[in-house]
Amino acid sequence: MDFSGILIYMRGEIALIAAIVIAFLYDLVAGKGARKYFNPLMCILMAGCIAACLVSFPRESGDVFGGMFTYVPVHSIVKSILAIGTLIVFLQADTWLRRDDTEFKRGEFYVLTLSTLLGMYFMVSAGHFLMFFIGMELASVPMACLVAFDKYRHNSAEAGAKFILCALFASGLMLYGISFLYGTCGTLYFEDMASRLDGSALQILALVFFFSGLGFKISLVPFHLWTADTYQGAPTAVTSYLSVVSKGSAAFVLMAVLVKVFAPMVEQWQMILYVVIILSITVANLFAIRQQNLKRFLAFSSISQAGYIMLAVISGTSFGMTSLIYYVLVYLAANLAAFGVISAVEQNSGGKVNMSDYNGLYKTNPKLAVVMTLALFSLAGIPPFAGFFSKFFIFASAFEEGFHVLVFIALINTIVSLYYYILVVKAMFITPNDSPVAAFRSDCSTRISLVLCLAGILLLGIVSSVYDGINLFSFGL
Amino acid sequence: MEYTILILLLPFLSFLLIGLLGTKLKPVAAGAAGTAVTGVVAVLCYITAFMYFGAGRDASGVFPQTVAWNSVWLPISGNLHIDLGFMLDPISVMMLVVISTVSLMVHIYSFGYMKGERGFQRYYAFLSLFTMSMLGLVVATNIFQMYIFWELVGVSSYLLIGFYYTKKEAIAASKKAFIVTRFADLGFLVGILIYGYYTQSFSFTPDSSVMGVAKTMLPLALGLMFIGGAGKSAMFPLHIWLPDAMEGPTPVSALIHAATMVVAGVYLVARMFPLFIGYAPEVLHITAYVGAFTALYAAVVACVQSDIKRVLAFSTISQIGFMIVALGVCTSADPHEGGLGYMASMFHLFTHAMFKALLFLGAGCIIHAVHSNEMSTMGGLRKYMPVTHVTFLVACLAIAGIWPLSGFFSKDEILAACFRFSPVMGGLMTFIAGLTAFYMFRLYYCIFWGRENKELHAEHTPHEAPKSMTFPLVFLAAVTLVAGFIPFGHFVSSDGHSYDIHIEAGVAALSLCVAVAGIALATWMYLREDRKVADSLATTFSGLHKAAYHRFYIDEIYQFITHRIIFACVSTPIAWFDRHVVDGFMNMLAKVTQSVSVVIRPMQSGNVQKYCIWFLGGALGILVMLLVI
Repeated sequence: MDFSGILIYMRGEIALIAAIVIAFLYDLVAGKGARKYFNPLMCILMAGCIAACLVSFPRESGDVFGGMFTYVPVHSIVKSILAIGTLIVFLQADTWLRRDDTEFKRGEFYVLTLSTLLGMYFMVSAGHFLMFFIGMELASVPMACLVAFDKYRHNSAEAGAKFILCALFASGLMLYGISFLYGTCGTLYFEDMASRLDGSALQILALVFFFSGLGFKISLVPFHLWTADTYQGAPTAVTSYLSVVSKGSAAFVLMAVLVKVFAPMVEQWQMILYVVIILSITVANLFAIRQQNLKRFLAFSSISQAGYIMLAVISGTSFGMTSLIYYVLVYLAANLAAFGVISAVEQNSGGKVNMSDYNGLYKTNPKLAVVMTLALFSLAGIPPFAGFFSKFFIFASAFEEGFHVLVFIALINTIVSLYYYILVVKAMFITPNDSPVAAFRSDCSTRISLVLCLAGILLLGIVSSVYDGINLFSFGL
Repeated sequence: MEYTILILLLPFLSFLLIGLLGTKLKPVAAGAAGTAVTGVVAVLCYITAFMYFGAGRDASGVFPQTVAWNSVWLPISGNLHIDLGFMLDPISVMMLVVISTVSLMVHIYSFGYMKGERGFQRYYAFLSLFTMSMLGLVVATNIFQMYIFWELVGVSSYLLIGFYYTKKEAIAASKKAFIVTRFADLGFLVGILIYGYYTQSFSFTPDSSVMGVAKTMLPLALGLMFIGGAGKSAMFPLHIWLPDAMEGPTPVSALIHAATMVVAGVYLVARMFPLFIGYAPEVLHITAYVGAFTALYAAVVACVQSDIKRVLAFSTISQIGFMIVALGVCTSADPHEGGLGYMASMFHLFTHAMFKALLFLGAGCIIHAVHSNEMSTMGGLRKYMPVTHVTFLVACLAIAGIWPLSGFFSKDEILAACFRFSPVMGGLMTFIAGLTAFYMFRLYYCIFWGRENKELHAEHTPHEAPKSMTFPLVFLAAVTLVAGFIPFGHFVSSDGHSYDIHIEAGVAALSLCVAVAGIALATWMYLREDRKVADSLATTFSGLHKAAYHRFYIDEIYQFITHRIIFACVSTPIAWFDRHVVDGFMNMLAKVTQSVSVVIRPMQSGNVQKYCIWFLGGALGILVMLLVI
């Protein structure tokens, strides 16, 4: 066998495995003094991983391990976006990881997070359903540990339990679906399956089960119910990781598999998506209006954002693929900025995460309030922030394929979403408060992460080369 | 010529720096930073001009149109894309020199004029923003970039007019300027879109292969664009914002509302000149009539105003009318065959920018000295302010068109072009030139000679302005003295070939006579202290005098149309509909949303078993849907 492809096509994975090993060893051997530099070290390692993915990545596709692991150039872009998200999460997690009750297990946090990232990488590059499933499990199981990381806190433990139970249920269902696929096609290789799918009832069953498994990861309605409880209970750093990196990777994989493997069944999956999009956006918006806890609020916001992302999937075109990746990138910047602010406020005010705690935040912490506002504006899609452009492209991709009514419904829903995003802004700027969160100065790494996010929010929309760069490599039906 | 990017970047950075640091910066530091940057930009502009004209003509004998850099900013479809770039051709290079020079002078001048003002840093930040926008406008490589910077210029003008934001009149004036020009810009935008749609490009020189269909639409597109230009350049009836814009600080009036921004409309027509000539000469001639009427109207109004800045404002409107007329009377692209007006217009733009900035800055010194805009507080100021007096006189002579000052040469070319077009137009413009001489010298005598307001001056003796303010005056006066001898036709002409400016003896003699007559009349009426003639004329023709003083009630007509007709008859019913029907519907939607969200609340119970049931139920529901349909 020829293993030379490993070094070429698996650079991102190799770099990540190296980072995991280093983190593990450092956790073992580093003394008390050296542990102070754990976070910078991890950030540097992540930067290295991003570079490994992005610097002169191969421009042609290929595969390794007899087609189990495939590579197309767009994977490099997706993987580096995921790594960027992880880097920002690491930056934001530092404050929390310095606390006495988490300090001694910070190494675990890094190793677990990177393991899930590795799982996502394999999931993204899988060329075979087994590989795909292993990747997905690798992404899910450590995630449950992360959710329950603050295990002495009741909420966190409960969230972890709910997450793992739901994840198991979803995996089981998905595996069941995959077994049907194997039964009807006789193979699990992505490449061979497309020609053997004919849309029989059994295969439709398989498609639905497969979809619901990924729908769980992306948290689409009706597979979303775990989301709010888990987001609320999990440590904020984990929540932000879950809402951005995990969701983004799953959305990309869903599109890739639907387009590549389920191409003969395009009518069926477009219909599924049609219903799920309307449900996700609408139901999530209805729930978001009523939320008082900001993390819960962002959970529902992220469900509706996932619904918007599915608009790109439903188009099935390469334009849709570009829009999806671009949307994930922009969403990453905005959502991580919002979570970054929440995390900073939570850590510096003794755990305040309620909307009412944010009343009058502008008076005491104007910079954070402005960052939060810009992030919410970007999430709501107000020009000239990046969110406007990403929403525009995603709507355009679905509109071009003839989903006019769907786009119209999504547009109406953006108005509703604008309402609840503005509620937070109103709380921060207008609502008076006798005892607002006291003024504080967040630490260096949090500030770096917020600046990075802010740059993303302000620049991604205007610098058109980002979009063009993604567009060069994306593919469709 | 990659460095030209700095010409736009530096003022923008200085805007960001001064604007973001705000009051953390000491006023002096902010002013120094802004001035230094503008100085560097001016030097860069001069180098660019020197290199551009120094590089010489290409094989076909014209200065080539070169794009220093260009990047596609927003691709729309195939050929249609919005670029951002930096284009050099004779008129853009000429404008670079004008803008950077006047801007630098105003920066220096403002040190003295704005000293101790609240918001000194903000002022300099806005000046930088304006400079950047104006430079970006003139070097635009395509009509859309021009539009973007056009709007930026409008915003900075708005910000600067409303600089004294605690003053009610200033706020009203800034809003008026913004709304009126925005309204006109709507025409511009629609024109651009029509243009882009039919020619499949935003470039100034569309591909001739697509001209088949576009030909019929171009007159409309160009006409709409001219409406935008008329708004910025204060052509009748969109001129109403400019006199009010004098509420801004005087150096701003000099920079924006005399020398640079208000000539953007002229520049636009000049930029689109090949298209005007080639496809819509009749539209071009309409602009000439609009310009001529505006010039006449503004000159008449300027004769009776009592606020010195308003006199200058109307004089600006009138002079821009001259430039538009000069462009409008062109009948071909050949300067020897009816294309003379193009060169004349650009020449006048150049000279006018210098002497009108000088007049405004001089007016600023006077206002600084007597703390009022009203002529009644002045008179006899020549003994208190010698430098201002002499430079002001130079500018007055220039605008009146007296040899050998710059205004003589440029105005003479305009009149020659008008006479070639039609004797009536030539005669009318000569008459307006006479009126110009008259009202400028009326202004001059009322300020520096005539009846002195002794009580006021005894109470507070007027004094000469500080060096930072007189230096720009002297500099601009020097430019005004020599600018007429620049072989302007060598650099700029309608077809790009060198054109030797030659004075047509008949036209020159006539315009000189008229100018001298105007000055003589003003001298006779206003030099002496009693002003008998002027007062008796005002009472004899009191109706006309009053109408002209109130600017022929154009503002009142606007008020009537907007308030009585549009607001009362159209807006009020629509507002009712909006408040009751549209809002009612939205409120209903909101109520429904709220109640539905209460109903579906139990779904999120927190119970994992229930979650799984929903999960499975959802999956099976989808399955049933797929199998049944």
